[in-house]
Amino acid sequence: MDRTRRFYEAQGFDKPYQWAQNQVTPFTAPRKPLATATLGLITTAALYDREESDPRTVASGDATAPPSRLFANDLAWDKQATHMEDLNSYCPVDRLRELAAQGRIGRLAPRFHCVPTEYSQRRTLEADAPEILRRCREDGVDVALLVPL
Amino acid sequence: MILGSALDIVERCGAPRYAFTDFPLGNPCGKPYDVAMQRDIVRAAVGLLEEAEGPGTVIRSPFAWGSDDWREGYMRIRPEDLQRLAAAGAARRAHRQALRERGQVRAG
Repeated sequence: MDRTRRFYEAQGFDKPYQWAQNQVTPFTAPRKPLATATLGLITTAALYDREESDPRTVASGDATAPPSRLFANDLAWDKQATHMEDLNSYCPVDRLRELAAQGRIGRLAPRFHCVPTEYSQRRTLEADAPEILRRCREDGVDVALLVPL
Repeated sequence: MILGSALDIVERCGAPRYAFTDFPLGNPCGKPYDVAMQRDIVRAAVGLLEEAEGPGTVIRSPFAWGSDDWREGYMRIRPEDLQRLAAAGAARRAHRQALRERGQVRAG
């Protein structure tokens, strides 16, 4: 966090970035054994190579026939140290399908969901998170795995 | 539950269950094309759904990136970078402002 804060300061942004901080952390025990549960996968990457001017909206991809890669060139991550050409290094669709085939989880939900990382916690809480929840319920998701880039 | 690579940010936010991989941001599920490593990391993360008994439970992946160069390299600011960063920030703010005036970005 300190490093990111200094980086933004050096760019002349006078308002420091505010990371989300919640007073209460929710916790719910799974309602069914993992071996029969439907797992929903959520990523912060996007389905296409987004321009900064493009609106960031919730999107969903086909987990039964996943794309070879996703995109996040408009987000902050270590572009010098790694890359996004292997989907499973940040959106582990195939690894989860393997766990389903082995019976470790019941199944992977038919869609994975892309949550936009807005610089607005209000937008995330009031618009995007409820939309992700709605889609997960539509897919019969019991447990969700969020993988931020 | 969350599987990620930014320990301080996620702990500040508060996550019910967090599987932490101490890697450069961008590949929390394992190195690209390292299927065996990805299998181990994802399996451990999924296991946390059963193992965690309360909110804020964190497990750490046993894997190391190899070299630690990325820790210093990420968002490094050297004296010779300051002018370029300030210019990049100004350009970004001008771009955002232009988009905002055209209604192309959310107001927040």
